[in-house]
Parts: sequence; structure tokens; C-alpha cells
Amino acid sequence: MSAVRVPPKRLLFYALPIVLLLFVLPYLVSPYEVTQLSYGLIFAIAALGFNLLLGYTGLLSFGHSAFFGVGAYAVAFMVKYLKLASMEAFIVGGVLTSAAVAALFGFLCVRYTRIFFSILTLALSQVLWSLAFKFFWVTGGTDGLRVPTPSLLGVQMAPGQDKMAFLAHRYYYYVLIIFLAGVGVMWVIVHSPFGKALQAIRDNETRAEFVGVQVWRYRWFAFLVSGVYTGLAGTLWVPLNGLTTPDILVWTFSGKIVFFTVLGGFQTFAGPIVGAVLYNYLETYAVGHTVYWQMVLGVVLVVLVLALPAGIAGTAARLFARARGSA
Amino acid sequence: MTTLIVHLFNALLYASILFLIAGGLSLIYGVMRIVNLAHGNLYAFGAYVTAWTVGLVLGGVPNAVLYVLLPAGAVAAGALGAVLEPTLLRPLYKRAEEYQLLITFGLLLILEDLMRFLWGPYPLQASALFEGPGSLSIGDTIYPNYNLAVIVVGGIAAAALWAFVYRTKFGVILRATSQNMRMASALGVNVNRVYVQAFTLGCFMAGLGGAIVVPQQGAVLGMGVDALILAFVVVVIGGLGSLEGALLGALMVGVVREFGIAFFPEVELAVLYFMAAVVLLIRPAGLFGRT
Repeated sequence: MSAVRVPPKRLLFYALPIVLLLFVLPYLVSPYEVTQLSYGLIFAIAALGFNLLLGYTGLLSFGHSAFFGVGAYAVAFMVKYLKLASMEAFIVGGVLTSAAVAALFGFLCVRYTRIFFSILTLALSQVLWSLAFKFFWVTGGTDGLRVPTPSLLGVQMAPGQDKMAFLAHRYYYYVLIIFLAGVGVMWVIVHSPFGKALQAIRDNETRAEFVGVQVWRYRWFAFLVSGVYTGLAGTLWVPLNGLTTPDILVWTFSGKIVFFTVLGGFQTFAGPIVGAVLYNYLETYAVGHTVYWQMVLGVVLVVLVLALPAGIAGTAARLFARARGSA
Repeated sequence: MTTLIVHLFNALLYASILFLIAGGLSLIYGVMRIVNLAHGNLYAFGAYVTAWTVGLVLGGVPNAVLYVLLPAGAVAAGALGAVLEPTLLRPLYKRAEEYQLLITFGLLLILEDLMRFLWGPYPLQASALFEGPGSLSIGDTIYPNYNLAVIVVGGIAAAALWAFVYRTKFGVILRATSQNMRMASALGVNVNRVYVQAFTLGCFMAGLGGAIVVPQQGAVLGMGVDALILAFVVVVIGGLGSLEGALLGALMVGVVREFGIAFFPEVELAVLYFMAAVVLLIRPAGLFGRT
């Protein structure tokens, strides 16, 4: 189970060029590509949170669509009922709401593990989906709720400015900064004593309990952090998409989040990030080229599980370690 | 009073279909410890195959012959199951159960589009079968005879399954494998064969559910995913792996769903999921389940 551990100094050596590339990218590629990358980074935040549960705590949630959806709908409600248009307010609202929902769901779910945990998270997320689906006078039903482009740090979209350009430039940097902060915080979390305790619980619950780890409380806290990350992703996603519908609450969306993480590899820190960004391109490509895009994704998932269970980042890390070992 | 009877019949109708789907799901979990996320798609596959076969011969033969073709969907779903288990699932038994969930999720995506590919995006109908048997007068309303037939089929399926699992030698082997796979294997049971048989039987039941529902509702894309979630609610309430639980769960969900649609349509689905969540919280293994 041991992931290949890379010392932070070397990690910075590899991460720095990528971060620099992310910063100059809007000057190099078309706004369309930049927007695609924004989606990818947002999904990466969701997957990063999800993997705190799957990769580090050993709990497979099939209900993370709930937090993504809560983050998105919180924004839509703030627009509809409070007439707010500030992204910072959205983030505060989205994070608080998803934290509340994650605290409640986590409180109920973390007493169970394995398949029971998966099904319980799925059932609870479906409660939210059916409410969003049926209470159409509040949630807009399947039509969803529109969310106009908000102001970022008080700066509004200039009148007459192209929305695409705004999203591809200013909003992209906004997402990128939050993404990098999210990655940094998650790195600290998983390498803190708290993160080590989670891994101990994952590897052997009984022993972890014997050395004094309060398993239940640690799992609950991990669930909370995980939900907040995914909720934050939902909050960031909604202005980009311009619309929120119950589709992001349905359990197959949770399946997508699982897909991101496994595609990248859930036993590595960077796996979910790589997986989410790649998945987004893969889905966009498949949707653009065939009506049978679900089949393409399904085949990729089946092949991945059968042939590359460590995911892309996991396999790459292993190959890299082997190459270094033989050199 | 009449409305109550009609509601009750409808509840039993839902319960019959749900039992066929959830019973198969539960049987597969009970024996193989796999939660098959693609199970709903096998139900949809059964529906499509039946509608398609009936559509092929419609008009050319007397209507009575069409009823003989009804089980085609069940047989096709069973055959599909018999192919899928050895090829996709068998390599994964030794791996963590996360991977088993994932591969069945991948299968769900593939089957969904396979049906779109084979039968196109428009619904298929087999309503000739639904209209054939006429209807029954209950007080001042009428009720289709076909629905009553579905209820009977559901009842027969439950009885046959019970007899099969508790009264035949194969049933003994099935239960032994379910209780302790290693011990059964040590006693000379060919576990691989039991697995493929159990999976085929489970898929056959789901396909049968699809086959008998299609004359009434037609076959549409997405019906599998919707059905899967309800089947989940059923097995969660009844207990994963328990057939008695699936029967009780199907009856409960059938009744709550029917009366929910009639009296509190807004929260009908939420109430079902909520029921499942409450059962899971109080008895995580379900009413009849074992952990």
C-alpha cells in the first residue's frame, strides 16, 4: 500500500514548473482551453477532498455529489433569495453550508465502513437529489437555477465585456489560487499527525484504536474536511457553468468523482488532481466526438480497474521509482 | 374503498417488479459479496430485448404467441450475466471491494450506451401485450388484467426462488458458498461454477422484471439507473443478501411509493431514501441481514 514518498524539496522541484505553466497558460492557449482547465482544476479540488476519505482513511463514499451539489445550490440560493453577486460571499456561504451538511452526514455515516458506508452515503445524497428534483418552486426542478457571473474581490465584469474572456482570465486565476491553496492545505493535513492517524485507521482500525486514536472522531473530521473541499468545488463550479441542475446531485455524479480519483490513482497525493484534469478532457473529447461517450468512459474505467489499478499517477510514480532504482 | 383497492393493487405491482430486481441484486450479493451497480441495466436490457422480439413478430402471429416470447428478455439478461461474470468480475474477487464497485460502475456506463446503440434513443413499446388481456371492473373503476398477471408472476417468482434456494441440492450448495466460500470450496464445491450460476440467476430475475414491465411501461433509456436506486432502497431495508428481506423491502417500498405518489408526491422519493437511511442507521445490516 505504501505510496512512493517524495521529499518536499524534490517535490517543489517538479511542482514549480507546472505551477508556472499554469500561471502563464492563459497567454498561450485559447480561452476555450483555459475554461476547460478551470473545470479540471475545480474537479481536482473535489477529488482531492474525496481522496482524503478513500485514499487516506479507507472509506469509499458514493455520495459526494451531495456536497458538490450543496456547494452549488448554496450559491444559487444566495443569488435568488439574497441577491448577492460577490464570489467571496458565495465561497463563505458554500463552505459553511457544505460543512454543515458534511458534519451531519458524516456524523451518521462514519460509524460504518466498507460497503455499508458506501450505500449509506449514496442513500443520503439521493435524499438531497430528490428534494432538489421535486421542490421545483424552490430549486427550479430539472430546469435548475441560473447563476450570473459574480464579482471577484469587488471587481465586476465590465459592461459589454465578453463573458468568456472574463471567465478564461480573471476567473481562471481566481480558481487557480484557490486550487493551489487547497493543495497546500491538503498536503499539510495528510502529513500532519492527524493525517498519519487517518492512515493508521485505514491500515488497521483495531491497532489504531489501541494506540489511542479516537477512530470515530477522526473519521468524522476527515469526512467533514472532505465534504468541505467538495462543496468548495461545487461553489467554484457554478459561476463557470452558469447554471445548477439536480444532475450534479444524482449518484452517478458521485461515481464520476470516484472515477477521477481512481483514474489518477488514489494511493498517491497527486493522483486525484491528475485524474480530475485528465477526466475532464477525456469527457469533453468523448462527448464532442460520439454520442456513445458513456461507453468510452465505461471502457476506460473497466480497463483501468483490470490493468492499471494504481491509476496514472500511481503507475507513473512506480515506473519512475524503478527507473531510479536501476540507474 | 375502490380507490384503496386500486392503490393496493398498484403497490403490489410495484412490489412484484421491485422484488424481481432487488431479489437478484440481493442473491448476487449474498453469494458473491458484490454489489452490482449495473444490475439495473440488466433489468433494462431484459425490457429492451422483450420489446424488440415482440416488435419483430407483431402482427404476423396471433397475440397468444407473443406471450410465449415474453421471457426472451429474461433469458437474454441471464445469458449476458453468464458472459459478464467470468470475463469481468472473476479477476477481481481477490482485490479490494472498491474495485468491484468501480468495475460494475464502468459496466453500467457501457451497457447504458450499448442499449442506445442497439435500439436507438427512442422508447420501445410492447403495449399489444398490455391491452390483450382486457380489464377487470372493480366497483366503478376498471383495472387492467395484465397488472394482475404481473402481480401473480411476482408471487410465483418469489415462491419458486424460495423453493429453489431452500428445497434443492443446488440451493444447499448456494447457501453453503454464501456462508463460507472457503469451507464450501474445501468440501469440493466448484465455487467458480456456483458464482457464475448465482450471477446468471440474479441477472435472469432482473431481466424477467424488465420483460414483464415492458408491455405496461415500455423500454426507455435510463430506466435501469432509476430502477437500481429503488432496488438499493429495497435491499438496504431488507438486508443485503437476504431474499426474505428483499421480499419485505419490496412490499414496503411498493406501498410507500404508491401511497406517497397519491398523497405526498413532493417528498415521495425523499421518504424512500430516508427510510433506507433510517434502517441503515438502526440496523446497518438491514431488517433480515447479517453483517
